[in-house]
Amino acid sequence: MTAMQGVFLFTAGLILWAAFMMVTRQNLVHAAFYLILALFGVSIIFVLLDAGFLAVVQVLVYIGAISIIMIFAVMLTRGDVIEEAPVNKNFGWALLLAALFAFGLIILIGQWPAVASLAGEIDTSRDLAAELGVALVSPEGFVIPFEVASVLLLAALVGALMVARPQKKGK
Amino acid sequence: MIPLSWYLVLAALLFCIGLYGVLARKNAVAILMGVELMLNAVNINLVAFWRYFTPDLIAAHAFVVIVFAIAAAEVAVGLALIISIYRRRKTVAADEINLMKW
Repeated sequence: MTAMQGVFLFTAGLILWAAFMMVTRQNLVHAAFYLILALFGVSIIFVLLDAGFLAVVQVLVYIGAISIIMIFAVMLTRGDVIEEAPVNKNFGWALLLAALFAFGLIILIGQWPAVASLAGEIDTSRDLAAELGVALVSPEGFVIPFEVASVLLLAALVGALMVARPQKKGK
Repeated sequence: MIPLSWYLVLAALLFCIGLYGVLARKNAVAILMGVELMLNAVNINLVAFWRYFTPDLIAAHAFVVIVFAIAAAEVAVGLALIISIYRRRKTVAADEINLMKW
């Protein structure tokens, strides 16, 4: 077993453990911290896959922004839910469905011959961030999805402000 | 070296844990956290396929960046809705928000 495999197995175990703890914790603040741990593990996986820029963006966007918004929401909506059971009455069906899904996916992955392939050599002197930047704004690349994503983010920003704004008095 | 199947199995298991979280949790914020796990599993798959099959193209990176943007938008709108519901109904339990259920 090489060092890379050891790092991968450790990180995968960390991600799956943190994810499992996240979906089973009763206290939502603890769940949010386990979510941060799992997201950090995913960014380590990105580094293992030679996608350093995405790892940095993962830390910035997911841990720096999304998790913080989650923690804010948990603190703003602290109600009676924390005292009750964390799962709803359908949780047996959910467990069955998730287990079946995992089983089926792993069988499908096992049947596909290409999964045994190893990663080829990659030119580490390439500037992937610069390539991505050019691809996102070039008409031959992804300028339309990029603009649509920008409009979507703007709409989400305005929509979130409108939805979460306190109601006016007498309404 | 790490075979591709390890990444695929990790992503599949992470996706299923997220799916369980979405289906089984009671608190609406916890359901959104489960959705984040599922999106991350998809991202692991995208980057793994990029690294193993098309390392010369940049398309996978563009897809992942757009998934990041969608996740941020989804969380912002979802949490705004949850906070708005909490103000009116004093609950964030998903099975108690049943006003429009037939």
